[in-house]
Amino acid sequence: MSAPELDLGVRRAARPGGTSAAEPGAPGGSDLDLMPDVPRRGGTLVDLVAFPSRERYRDMVAAFRQDGFEMCADLCAVDYLTHPGRSLPEGVRPERFEVVVNLLSLSSRRRVRIRVQVPEDDPVLPSVVDIYPGADAMEREAFDMMGIRFVGHPDLTRILMPEDWEGHPLRKDFGVGRVPVQFKEAPGPR
Amino acid sequence: MGLEDLQHNFLTGRLEDLVKWARRNSVWPATFGLACCAIEMMSVGAADFDISRLGMEVFRASPRQADLMIVAGRVSQKMAPVLRQVYDQMMEPKWVISMGVCASTGGMFNNYAIVQGVDQVVPVDVYAPGCPPSPETLLHAILTLHEKIRTGAITRRAAPAEGEGTRVAGWVAEQPGAVRVSTPR
Amino acid sequence: MSGAGTTRAAGHGLTTVRRPGAWAAETWEGAQELSERAATDLTELRRETGAVLRLPEGAVVDSGDVDVERTSDETMIINMGPQHPSTHGVLRLMLELDGETVLRTKPIIGYLHTGMEKTGEELTYVQGATNVTRMDYLSPLHNELVFSLATEALLGVELPPRAVWIRMLMVELNRISSHLMWMATNGMDLGSTSMMIYGFRERELVLSFFEKVTGLRMNHNYIRPGGVAADLPDGWQDDVTVICDTVMERTYEYDELLTGQPIFRERTEGVGSLTAEEALALSATGPILRSTGVAWDLRRTMPYLAYDQVDFDVIVGTFGDNFDRYAIRLNEIRESVRIVRQIIERMPPGDYRVQDRKVTPPPRARIDESMEALIHHFKVFTEGFRVPEGEVYVAVESPRGELGCYLVSDGTSKPYRLHIRGPSFVNLQTLPVLLHGGLVADAIADISSVDPVMGEVDR
Repeated sequence: MSAPELDLGVRRAARPGGTSAAEPGAPGGSDLDLMPDVPRRGGTLVDLVAFPSRERYRDMVAAFRQDGFEMCADLCAVDYLTHPGRSLPEGVRPERFEVVVNLLSLSSRRRVRIRVQVPEDDPVLPSVVDIYPGADAMEREAFDMMGIRFVGHPDLTRILMPEDWEGHPLRKDFGVGRVPVQFKEAPGPR
Repeated sequence: MGLEDLQHNFLTGRLEDLVKWARRNSVWPATFGLACCAIEMMSVGAADFDISRLGMEVFRASPRQADLMIVAGRVSQKMAPVLRQVYDQMMEPKWVISMGVCASTGGMFNNYAIVQGVDQVVPVDVYAPGCPPSPETLLHAILTLHEKIRTGAITRRAAPAEGEGTRVAGWVAEQPGAVRVSTPR
Repeated sequence: MSGAGTTRAAGHGLTTVRRPGAWAAETWEGAQELSERAATDLTELRRETGAVLRLPEGAVVDSGDVDVERTSDETMIINMGPQHPSTHGVLRLMLELDGETVLRTKPIIGYLHTGMEKTGEELTYVQGATNVTRMDYLSPLHNELVFSLATEALLGVELPPRAVWIRMLMVELNRISSHLMWMATNGMDLGSTSMMIYGFRERELVLSFFEKVTGLRMNHNYIRPGGVAADLPDGWQDDVTVICDTVMERTYEYDELLTGQPIFRERTEGVGSLTAEEALALSATGPILRSTGVAWDLRRTMPYLAYDQVDFDVIVGTFGDNFDRYAIRLNEIRESVRIVRQIIERMPPGDYRVQDRKVTPPPRARIDESMEALIHHFKVFTEGFRVPEGEVYVAVESPRGELGCYLVSDGTSKPYRLHIRGPSFVNLQTLPVLLHGGLVADAIADISSVDPVMGEVDR
């Protein structure tokens, strides 16, 4: 393994656009240049981070699925309410929410990340459950915790909180819900 | 030809003591393991820290057959009604050990999701601290409970307090001060 | 096979229900036609085969509505859990039963939701390991490892080799203890109480070693960003050698107790089968995926720590049934013992944590001598260290599958977003497929073989 300057004992993936020469025994795999008009950049420990718009999100996920990314490793949502100034590539307009999909290709041993911006006033995104059935529970969790609705999901109900719970706990404006405890600092909001 | 002549053939005692002896030597726990503490509770049931010597290795799945509910782990908002329902299904006399800090006070999770102490839902007899309490701590808690059974009244019932929740009121130990777990007399 | 009257449909993972030809199930939601398996694609299959039950969680039946003279083609929906001896924690299942056969299932989770991801945003990176370690409480060191790897990837620090190898040692021992725990509870679920006692007996050896090294039997908070919390004590090689020898020898006892036993084999072979396409589609990883024949183990295919420098085999099954998963976990114990023996021989000397002043606190003795050390200690433990802005997804192979950590940092000393991809959360999606067509008793064995740990399912 050609070690880049940091050797954490964690294997570093190859840079995007190049071949995966750093991965011994990794066969084939495309150069990840599908849908080249979607903004993208490299990332830590990942081959590619793509930033499609909401309209092109499903196409991109389907394209990666065709391209040999057999498994959706993770789908989660992030609320950037208190960190609006994060760095994004050219052409990507930051919104409050982001849905992050981490895909894994077993055949070419690489990972890819897709980050979609979801606006606050219209937190809706198409569901990818028909492309990756494993995203079923993950999308339900994103809905429960962040309030992002996935169109086309067969059963978008709360999964972790009780069904009659109000609010979406992982949003930044939902307080931690600390009760006052002796000798601790002032209680958190709510 | 009085009762004294039969001394070596009979044991006499108070009925209350016999009932308490029977109760404390076969306290059957209900399975209520929730999280990490459940693993330590299972360790207590296993070979190294055997609670079978205390008569307690039969973890009854049905609350109707159980005497003791060891709430082992953090109780979330969704689980609290279930906890209360299982407690209500248990037959008197019943006891509750709150195992671990999450069950006792909410532990390190002082947030929206965890009930801050299971005594907000059920009356607790013994609290066992630790995260998770090591099996020795749980054994100490169980022995404390045995002491409590041994010295407590058998017919006095915990009176529910006015207001939210129930509190264990009215339990008075026969010996003054804290209950010390010493060699039972 | 899983019981009288069922046949094994060739090439699939499903057994037919007891009355062949009766693929239409009459349920509350109306008749549900189940089309031929060969004619539907996988995604439709999951919905139309009727493995997953879509009902609101609060659905209750009024006892007045139940028709006691029900005819035999009606099904009933019963509830299993959350307080149940065999659901491995607080898992609730709504099972749609036709007699004793399970048709559709809905797993309901959330009974252990602790808001750990929210809590993670309130704790510094130094404190973060205490929070994360309680997610998968059977393999706490893996949680700490993935959190620490994610933090270090953002920090860009390089760890000394001894820290890496100590981490590998502890993590493999944790794999052994987690799989022993699984063998114990799986044996218990299938009726073998002795396996429960044996599993815990062996586990105590590993836990007492952990107590010696980390101070705690469980939830250690030992693997922290920057290395590990303390060095291994003197004489650790002897302790670990004893563990290796004892566990290895006892795995042969388990073979005698379980693998060769006809009742165990009857209950697990052919039960809860899964195909590789189903497993991949449902994002299942770990022993579940490997039991279907896919040789995917992150330690081999995307190595982290020093796994590319040790010699071990990846255990793969063939039929994707419960017996394969049992065999995989048993043999993974043996492989882990093999890895640990290599680590004993090859443990490098050196530092157990990176000596970067900004990340790790100074040694306690220096606090008395140097003002700077005191200030750094204070800063690290109150404010914490700042991690540069960025995002990273790191995954390790936990005993249950791919355990991932998606960490977003905004440059402060607390994570902006900490998301842990719990393998059991995703693996539970295979449960409806495993249970479909089996008996209720097989359902117990299937749940056990999925090995869910509700702490990481609900977080």
